[in-house]
Amino acid sequence: MKNLIDLEKKINSELTTKIKNTLIKHDQIYVEIDKEDLLDVVLFIKTNQEVKFRQLIDITVVDYPEETQRFKIVYLFLSHEFNQRMILSYYINEKEVISSLTSVFPSANWMEREVFDMYGVNFKDHPDLRRILTDYGFEGHPLRKDFPLTGHSEVRYSEEKKKVINEPVKLEQNYRNFDYESPWEGTKYLKEITESNDKKN
Amino acid sequence: MTKKIKNLNLNFGPQHPAAHGVLRLILELDGEVVEKADPHIGLLHRGTEKLIENKTYMQAVPYFDRLDYVAPMNQEHAFALAIERILEIDVPIRAQYIRVMFCEIGRILSHILNVTTQALDVGALTPSLWGFEERETLMTFYERASGSRLHANYFRAGGVHQDLPAGLESDISKFCETFPKIINDLENLLTDNRIFKQRNVDIGVVTKEDALDYSFSGVMIRGSGIPWDLRKSQPYDCYEQLEFKIPVGKNGDCYDRYLCRIEEMKESVSIIKQCLTKMEKGPIKAFDGKISPPSKTEIKQSMEALIHHFKLFTEGYRVPKDEIYTAVEAPKGEFGVYLISDGSSKPYKCKIRAPGFSHLQSMDYLIKGHMLADVPAVLGSLDIVFGEVDR
Repeated sequence: MKNLIDLEKKINSELTTKIKNTLIKHDQIYVEIDKEDLLDVVLFIKTNQEVKFRQLIDITVVDYPEETQRFKIVYLFLSHEFNQRMILSYYINEKEVISSLTSVFPSANWMEREVFDMYGVNFKDHPDLRRILTDYGFEGHPLRKDFPLTGHSEVRYSEEKKKVINEPVKLEQNYRNFDYESPWEGTKYLKEITESNDKKN
Repeated sequence: MTKKIKNLNLNFGPQHPAAHGVLRLILELDGEVVEKADPHIGLLHRGTEKLIENKTYMQAVPYFDRLDYVAPMNQEHAFALAIERILEIDVPIRAQYIRVMFCEIGRILSHILNVTTQALDVGALTPSLWGFEERETLMTFYERASGSRLHANYFRAGGVHQDLPAGLESDISKFCETFPKIINDLENLLTDNRIFKQRNVDIGVVTKEDALDYSFSGVMIRGSGIPWDLRKSQPYDCYEQLEFKIPVGKNGDCYDRYLCRIEEMKESVSIIKQCLTKMEKGPIKAFDGKISPPSKTEIKQSMEALIHHFKLFTEGYRVPKDEIYTAVEAPKGEFGVYLISDGSSKPYKCKIRAPGFSHLQSMDYLIKGHMLADVPAVLGSLDIVFGEVDR
C-alpha cells in the first residue's frame, strides 16, 4: 500500500472484526486488536503482498497498575517495501498468558524474554523463556510501576563468608522524589496571546 | 570398544578482550566446531528505562550517552526527535546542521572503533593504534562543543545546548581534509590483506531473508544487500538537503560488513563537509521560553527569563499525552525510542530499541557450524556495545 490511508482501509476490510481500532498519527498507523487474534493478524501483515510488514522492530509493555486490564502489549513493525511503520497493541490482565511470536519472527525470542523479565508477562509456546537482563536468581519484575526504583536487594562481597552475597537494600538517605508540579500552564496561553496580537496587527 | 564422546562446554567471557565488553557466551563445541552458542547478557544492566521514568525530560538525556557510549550523540538525537514531534516544535536550521554533523562524527567514531578492533580480533594490531589517534581528535571536537569527550549531553528538544565555540568549524573542516588519507592507510593494511580476508570472507553469512527475520538493521542489513538507511528512507532533521550514498554489500559476510563501514566513513566525511559549507549563523535552539532555557545574560536582565530558568531546571517542561516511536540511523543500526508521555514533566514510559540487542540474538544462527576461532570475527562484525544491549 502506497499510503497510510489506503493501508488503514486494506487492514480494516481484510481483517474486519479482528481490528478493534485504527488511528493514523505521526506518520505511523496505530492498530488495536484482541489478544486472541494476535497470530492471525501478524501472519496477515507479514505475508500479504500489499502490506508486507517484514520486520518486527520491538515488543514492549506499558504498565497501568490502576486499570483492570493492567498491561498494554505493544508490537512495533516496519515495512521496508512501503516504508511504513505500524504500532500494534492490545490489553491484558496481570495473570493472562499470551501467544508467542517466535514461530513467525525468530527475533521475537529475546524481545519476549525481555518482556517476561521486566514485566512478568508469560508467553505460550516460547522455546526458551528465561530471564535475560537481570541477574541470575533475581526476584521481581523491575519495570512494573510498583517496583521501587532502588530495588529490593543489594549485592556485596562478604569478607567473612568469602563470597558475593545479597542483602536487603540499606540506604543512608531514601530516594527523594520531589514534586514540583504547579499550575504552570506550559506554552498554551503564550501562543494564544501572540496569536491574538497577530490578528490585531 | 566404543568410546563415548561428549561435547565440550566453553565459557567465552565475561572477561575476554574479544567479547567486546561483558558478554558471557556459552559455547557448545564438538571438537573445534561450534554446535550451539548461548549468549548471556545483562551484566551491564543499569535499568536505564526505569531511571528515565523517574527523571524529567531534560534530566533523561545523559542516560542516552551511556547506551552506545562510542557514539553518544546519535542516541540523544532519537530522544530529542521524539519530544520534538510530540511538542510539534521546529528546530532552527543551524541547530539541525550542528546535530547532523555531530551524528556523523559519532558514526566515524563508532566505525573506527569497530573496524580496528575487528582487525585486532583477527590478529592485526596496527590499525587500532592508527585509528584511535583519529578518535581522540574527534573526541576533542565533542569536548569543545559540549564540555566532555564522551558523555556529551549536548542535544536538547528544540536544538542543541550551546553554539559551537569559535574556531571549531575550521578545525573540523581541516580534519575532513586529512582524515580520508587515514582511511586509505587503514584500507592499505586491511582490505587486500591475505590474513584479514582469510579470517573474514565467507564467515558469518547472512541471507536477505534472514536479515529481515532477525530484525537486523544498519550495516548488518546493508551488508546483505538490502539498501535500507533511515537517513534516506525516513529522513529526519536536514538529511534531505544533503547528498550521500548508501554503500551496500553483496555476500552478507563479515568482510562485506567491514567494506560497508569503510565506505560509510567516507560518506560521513562528505556529509560533515556539506554541513560545514551550508551552516549559517543563527539561533541554535527553539525560541519557546517554556522549553529552551534562557541565556545567562537574559537571566540577569529579565525577571521572566529568571522564572523560566528556575521552572525549567526544577519542574522541567511538560509534554502532552501522546505515544510515539521515532528511530534514527545510529552507526550500529536502527536506534529507536518508543515514548509515552502523560502530560506531566516526566515520561510515563520510554522503551529504548537498541540495534545490538537483535544482532547479538542471532549469534547462535550466525556461528553454528563455524570454528571456535571464527567467534571473535563474527562478534566483531556484529558491532556490539554492551551499554546499549544491556541498557
